[in-house]
Amino acid sequence: MGFQPVKFYQTGTYTVGNRLLAADERSVQSSEQRSNAINSGHRACQGCGEALGARYAIDAAMAASNGQLIAANATGCLEVFSTPYPESSWQVPWIHSVFGNAPAVATGIAAALKAKGKTEVRVVAQGGDGGTTDIGFGCLSGMFERNDDVLYICYDNQAYMNTGVQRSSATPPAARTATTMPVGPQPGNPFGQGKNLPEIAMAHGIPYVATATVADLRDIEYKVKRAMQMHGARYLHLFVPCPLGWGTASHDTIRIARLAKESGLFPVFEAEHGEVTGVLKIRHPVPVEDYLKPQKRFAHLFGKHAHPDMVAHIQALADRNIRKYKLLDEEVH
Amino acid sequence: MLKQIEGSQAVAQAVALCRPEVICAYPISPQTHIVEALGKTVKEGSLSPCEFINVESEFAAMSVAIGASAAGARAYTATASQGLLFMAEAVYNASGLGLPIVMTVANRAIGAPINIWNDHSDALSQRDSGWLQLFAENNQEAVDLHIQAFRLGEELSMPVMVCMDGFILTHAFERVDIPTQEQVDAYLPSFEPRQVLDPAEPVTIGAMVGPEAFMEVRYLAHARQLQALERIPQLATEFRDVFGRDSCGLAHTYCADDAETMIVAMGSVLGTIKDVVDEMRADGHRIGVLGITSYRPFPLAQVRAALVHCKRFLVLEKSLAVGLGGILATDVRMAVSGSGLRGFTAIAGLGGRPITKASLHQLFRQAEQETLEPVSFLDLDRDAVNKQLERERQTRRSGPIAENMLHDKGIVSAGQFG
Ligand SMILES: Cc1ncc(C[n+]2csc(CCOP(=O)(O)OP(=O)(O)O)c2C)c(N)n1
Ligand code: SF4
Ligand SMILES: [Mg+2]
Repeated sequence: MGFQPVKFYQTGTYTVGNRLLAADERSVQSSEQRSNAINSGHRACQGCGEALGARYAIDAAMAASNGQLIAANATGCLEVFSTPYPESSWQVPWIHSVFGNAPAVATGIAAALKAKGKTEVRVVAQGGDGGTTDIGFGCLSGMFERNDDVLYICYDNQAYMNTGVQRSSATPPAARTATTMPVGPQPGNPFGQGKNLPEIAMAHGIPYVATATVADLRDIEYKVKRAMQMHGARYLHLFVPCPLGWGTASHDTIRIARLAKESGLFPVFEAEHGEVTGVLKIRHPVPVEDYLKPQKRFAHLFGKHAHPDMVAHIQALADRNIRKYKLLDEEVH
Repeated sequence: MLKQIEGSQAVAQAVALCRPEVICAYPISPQTHIVEALGKTVKEGSLSPCEFINVESEFAAMSVAIGASAAGARAYTATASQGLLFMAEAVYNASGLGLPIVMTVANRAIGAPINIWNDHSDALSQRDSGWLQLFAENNQEAVDLHIQAFRLGEELSMPVMVCMDGFILTHAFERVDIPTQEQVDAYLPSFEPRQVLDPAEPVTIGAMVGPEAFMEVRYLAHARQLQALERIPQLATEFRDVFGRDSCGLAHTYCADDAETMIVAMGSVLGTIKDVVDEMRADGHRIGVLGITSYRPFPLAQVRAALVHCKRFLVLEKSLAVGLGGILATDVRMAVSGSGLRGFTAIAGLGGRPITKASLHQLFRQAEQETLEPVSFLDLDRDAVNKQLERERQTRRSGPIAENMLHDKGIVSAGQFG
């Protein structure tokens, strides 16, 4: 595609049109050469963050590997909405085995490629938060520990969506799910439970761990590219709102993701060999209410029988993230 | 080359001769010696190219094998007992996807109570998984079955379990003829997958399939097993041409021609059974043996042909369909259904209980006289069982079953292996 320099500058925003960038800085998605890894026609809900995140991540991995990519997928929404027989959205060689083994299947693919001397072909594995933090956790930890040459991408929509929105160990406190109903004195998911998989991944000392949200698609592309420049076990944790499970408007997916980051509830960072090497700062700090209120899964915290104590507790969790990851500029000078 | 060698070592050498490209290993007795030996072979560079992967569970072992096989590599693993159950979801998946993985199952009982010794409960728990299941009678056959398993599985694009009795075979030192690399290479071509994950030709493997096509996919697995019924004897013949010995096949008879009573069994116990039959024959008993090598696919026609001319048969099996009786026996009865033959089932050797010649002599005579119960339990200690049943009748909190049994039988310490 021809490169047309355009003299046009925006002010007061970080947003920059692709046309203003040098050709090699333009987004993967803006290129005619993008692989359309997940093609149109799949059956994700309108506004599905997982479909969006996966499309950007896998296209970026395809670009970074020169189209030499194989993907292993756990059971879950992504697998189901992309492959109802006899249609497949996948434009990459793709395998689904079972729910809890995507990391191990990817290890097997990587081992086969190594034995066959096909070192140019790269491997990604992907799954939802349930497939990653719960049922696939053993296989994932094993893959990390052996430092197998696999990029694992977790699409975190904070519950088991494919089976109808049940709680996973990535479900946030207070959230309503089908198995943590907003009833009783402590409505929703209990506080003090759940696991932080990016940090657990870092504890394995693997070459690369990063988090990102679908609010910043360029950041997803950058992190996938960065991960693909490395070998060994790499982990990318993507925050992907689910309109159906969260009770949010389809057109709000990006906004909700941005509020998660801007409130400090979802810290966006990258780490190499267990050490944080960079964070995306909060640009416009917001209280957690701004993030919680548009989501029906948190509706019981507000209104007639409000739970301000629980909101305060959630704010404290965000504040802890802000301190811990130094998410606000003031704290780093 | 003839060697006096442990069964596990012999199998490891046979597997290495088949040039697997990915081996995944997770320890469980009595399979450990096989993967240990293969690990050493890969590490010292004498099996190359091959990736040997120490995984974190049997579920991962089968999953790694699935990924490797789907990417076009010849993949191998081994397990037993709890390990086979732990990987069960992936076992079904491998056959559903049509991936020709070969796995050794060093047959061992399933707990509770935990027990490391031999019976066939583990492999038979997976009889409907879609895997081909071949049972070795001795270590020579275990070696030969592995070589045939890779060929058979890859031709049909179906996974194969080679079952060998834990300890009795895996840990036994016997004379085994280990083939040469040239022989194996002549018999086993390199793996040409039917489907492969390849960026040059992207395919989707493992897509979701609804009611509109699921029956057909499942039937295809059945159809391939029926193809295997034809291929297994042919491959045994080809095997004889290259290696110069008869090995494997679907099923084998022994002293069957004029037999009035036939004993049906699988695995290493066939050796003991044949010894007993020899002795009984010397005393004029018209008794013979049917050994089943291919449990899946089950050779219904061959079993029927081997049994219809006798008067009665006894299935002696190291497995128990709790609440029913025999597992193998059910299949054998199906093979002879409508023939009017008398059939008996004897459950024997569970959890490694020795199957002695003395007990078999008595059992076979009872079978001849048709004085057996339809389902009997060889050398079961009825007193101990009744004592526990009585205890349960009298006390609500009768306590842990296994501990009571060990106490009643005067056994103070259990096994120390996991
Ligand atoms: C062993 C097993 N247990 C349970 C299921 C049912 N199951 C399929 S998908 C799914 C939920 C997936 O949740 P997650 O991994 O978070 O992905 P999402 O659908 O949310 O994207 C569950 C519970 C299964 N397929 N296999
Ligand atoms: S339920 Fe949620 S994750 Fe699943 S397709 Fe719909 S929006 Fe996407
Ligand atoms: Mg989820």
